[in-house]
Amino acid sequence: MLFTSYVFLGFLLLLFVCYYTVPKKFQWMLLLLFSYVFYFLANPYYLIYISVTTASVYYLGLKIEEQAEKQKAYLAARKGTFGKEEKKAYKKRVRKRQTGLFLAALILNLGILAVLKYTNFMIANVNGILHAIGSGHTIAFVDLLLPMGISFYTFQAVGYLIDVYRGTIPAEKNLFRFALFVSFFPQLVQGPISRFHDLSQTLYEEHEFAWSGFSRGLQRILWGYFKKLVIADRMLIGVNEIIRNPDEYTGAYVFAGMMFYALELYADFTGGIDITIGTAQCLGIRVTENFNRPYFSKSIKEYWRRWHITMGTWFTDYIFYPISVSGPMLKISKVSRKALGDRIGKRVPVYLSSFAVWLATGIWHGASWNFIVWGLGNWAVIMISQELEPLYRRFHARFHVEDKVGFRIFQIVRTILLMSCLRTFDCYRDVPLTFRMFGTMFTAGNWNILWDGSLLSLGLQLADYLVLLAGAALIFAVSMLQRSGSVREKIAAKPYPVRFAVWYGLFLIVLLMGVYGIGYDANQFIYNQF
Amino acid sequence: MKRKRIIRTACSVLVVAFTLFMLQRLLLPKYVSDVVEGRLIAEYYAEEKDHDVIFIGDCEVYENFSPKILWEDYGINSYIRGSAQQLIWQSYYLLEDTLRYEKPKVVVFNVLAMKYDEPQNEAYNRMSLEGMKWSMAKVKAIQASMTDEEHFLDYVFPILRYHSRWSSLKAEDVEYLFTDRKVSHNGYYMRVDVKPAKDVPEGKMLADYRFGENAYQYLDKMAKLCRDNDIKLVLVKAPSLYPYWYDEWERQIEDYAKQNGLLYINFLELKEETGLDYDSDTYDGGLHLNLSGAEKITAYLGQALQDEYHLTDRRSEERLSKIWADKTAAYEQDRRKQEEETEKQ
Repeated sequence: MLFTSYVFLGFLLLLFVCYYTVPKKFQWMLLLLFSYVFYFLANPYYLIYISVTTASVYYLGLKIEEQAEKQKAYLAARKGTFGKEEKKAYKKRVRKRQTGLFLAALILNLGILAVLKYTNFMIANVNGILHAIGSGHTIAFVDLLLPMGISFYTFQAVGYLIDVYRGTIPAEKNLFRFALFVSFFPQLVQGPISRFHDLSQTLYEEHEFAWSGFSRGLQRILWGYFKKLVIADRMLIGVNEIIRNPDEYTGAYVFAGMMFYALELYADFTGGIDITIGTAQCLGIRVTENFNRPYFSKSIKEYWRRWHITMGTWFTDYIFYPISVSGPMLKISKVSRKALGDRIGKRVPVYLSSFAVWLATGIWHGASWNFIVWGLGNWAVIMISQELEPLYRRFHARFHVEDKVGFRIFQIVRTILLMSCLRTFDCYRDVPLTFRMFGTMFTAGNWNILWDGSLLSLGLQLADYLVLLAGAALIFAVSMLQRSGSVREKIAAKPYPVRFAVWYGLFLIVLLMGVYGIGYDANQFIYNQF
Repeated sequence: MKRKRIIRTACSVLVVAFTLFMLQRLLLPKYVSDVVEGRLIAEYYAEEKDHDVIFIGDCEVYENFSPKILWEDYGINSYIRGSAQQLIWQSYYLLEDTLRYEKPKVVVFNVLAMKYDEPQNEAYNRMSLEGMKWSMAKVKAIQASMTDEEHFLDYVFPILRYHSRWSSLKAEDVEYLFTDRKVSHNGYYMRVDVKPAKDVPEGKMLADYRFGENAYQYLDKMAKLCRDNDIKLVLVKAPSLYPYWYDEWERQIEDYAKQNGLLYINFLELKEETGLDYDSDTYDGGLHLNLSGAEKITAYLGQALQDEYHLTDRRSEERLSKIWADKTAAYEQDRRKQEEETEKQ
């Protein structure tokens, strides 16, 4: 069920009516029911996978906590009789048992994700090697079902498991409540990747209908549809034309496609998240924000703190830090400091941990080399800018431009251009082709196509470009306004005719200028694929 | 405070309803300057509904039969509820719809539609269904006709279907916002130009010549609906040379007509009797007849209906004669206009 389908709107309407009419103590159960129906309608077999993840993480999470409780009771009973060493040895034994349970859950769930998502990628690579060594043997690809949103719900469940293992949150005792945390439908498809302690605060609460909150949710949904249907799906027509015909569209077209894709991806992904957060808000549930005006970032490092925030923090908390402080990494740190000196040696573990994070980020985005190269490209740019920090410092000490508006705009534009360059791997989805197309930007010499009307041959009319231009300007204006607080609250403070004109006007824009219905492809949100 | 809120809400609802209504009117295709076939179905509702004969079917009825001849020669008051690629279930539900307003003595159905057993094309669906007034017949017609890509909601709120027309609106979209322009003569779409039928392609071999179950089911329903309402159902095959009419199809229709006691007239086999000349009586190389061809085969059909069902000659009815006098004037004016335009070319 696509967020942009009539069925989804009908589904939401039915849910909202039921949600606020059933006794409040049943609200979370109703949400679970609707979440499973949502998933069932996508494909009944998906339920098997999400149920396995839910049941295994729930059960093993409980078992891990049970070990901690047993330990607590055991030590309390022996208070004063146990020596320090005995206590330490006992704790070690318990931790070992917990680690066993933790690893079992981790291997099972990441194993399911790896098998379903990456088997054919592995087979393709093995076949490539076999071909390279002249073997006539090839392995047949397997037809595996890839459940919708598996990367999102698996990461959400694994995050919960790690938190229980670390003892930072108590394990959820009710299987069905936990099932709702894993399957909460608005975020099932494309995130955000919520943490249990964040989402659970409002997910299971009883919610009284309040028009102010409900209307804010609807407004956020409408804004999401504007970005998705008016901007992203319109821009997609041009992007597809360019990337599907690489022989025809080279040079400046690649640049245009790159910039078009920057707008499309932003509108698509943030639009989808707006619909998710807006839906949750209509239900009285708070979902973590996933974006913070990322295109205003002055560096790629900052960009990744503001784009897909929940994924970034997930990788930082659950991969970067554990690797950085792991035993082997501490050893590497020691060895590298000894061999390379303190200044360089201390940076080696950071580089290696970051490398692991960006490799995982690339792989998480998709089972193909383009995503891996894209991930490592991000890593390389971040590491290079880190290495160039002393140079930047010297530059700023001499020219004092850091606080100048012009320089900040230069930094923002530079970040957008760098990120757009990296995303060409995502566009063409073929590493050699991406390099080739990127190269044509410097050799084709056809920059005149940007202003001689050639862009009108990409399936977009002048009217479409005007809509895109106006839409992008509106998004920019809203982003500027957001810096001083919620735009919806600002609008809410205006007189009724103004409020009505703004929201009804936006509704009409989506209705009339949205790219939907017959004549257009019903496009999935880009992040549905991950 | 409460009163103020009620007034505010009521005003908002009114503004929303009014703007959406106006926008929908504006964005709907007007089918005036091109693809006029889209207007045919809706024109029926403005008629006085007292017809003796109703035609249902695809372009082979609305381009090949002229109700004016039936009136002029036999005093038969008839109307064509035809539309482009009208599928048999659409014909059936259009008949149901017609019976809500009147009970004709004879229904003439063109059998080419039997070749389709499942939904075909959204654009043609729109032309057949959009003009229908809302009723259960329309609901069922939509459900039976929708292709996989279509949604029922788009028929209920056509603005959802035509929302993107904002960038291609023409002056006629404003001109015909609330007014209509008649494009047919009792459902007949007149063409006077000539393009002789030459090199008409033979029919390609088919894997299966049997008409589909769904098509038969609707033909049965049509026959039953006519029986139940004491209406004579006449099956016709218009003399269009293309799409090709196979012998195997012909035999199936002959058998069906025989088994159900229906009159069946295949005009493809009546070239001599009707005097049809494919050099001068078609405007598109044999696919459809022009006015001259349509008048010839309508004259033959009128005689057949008279012979078979002894329909009353109503030319003595003053009120009806007056209506037809106006219709005939418009018909002749259209003919002259088209002839002048053809001569100019």
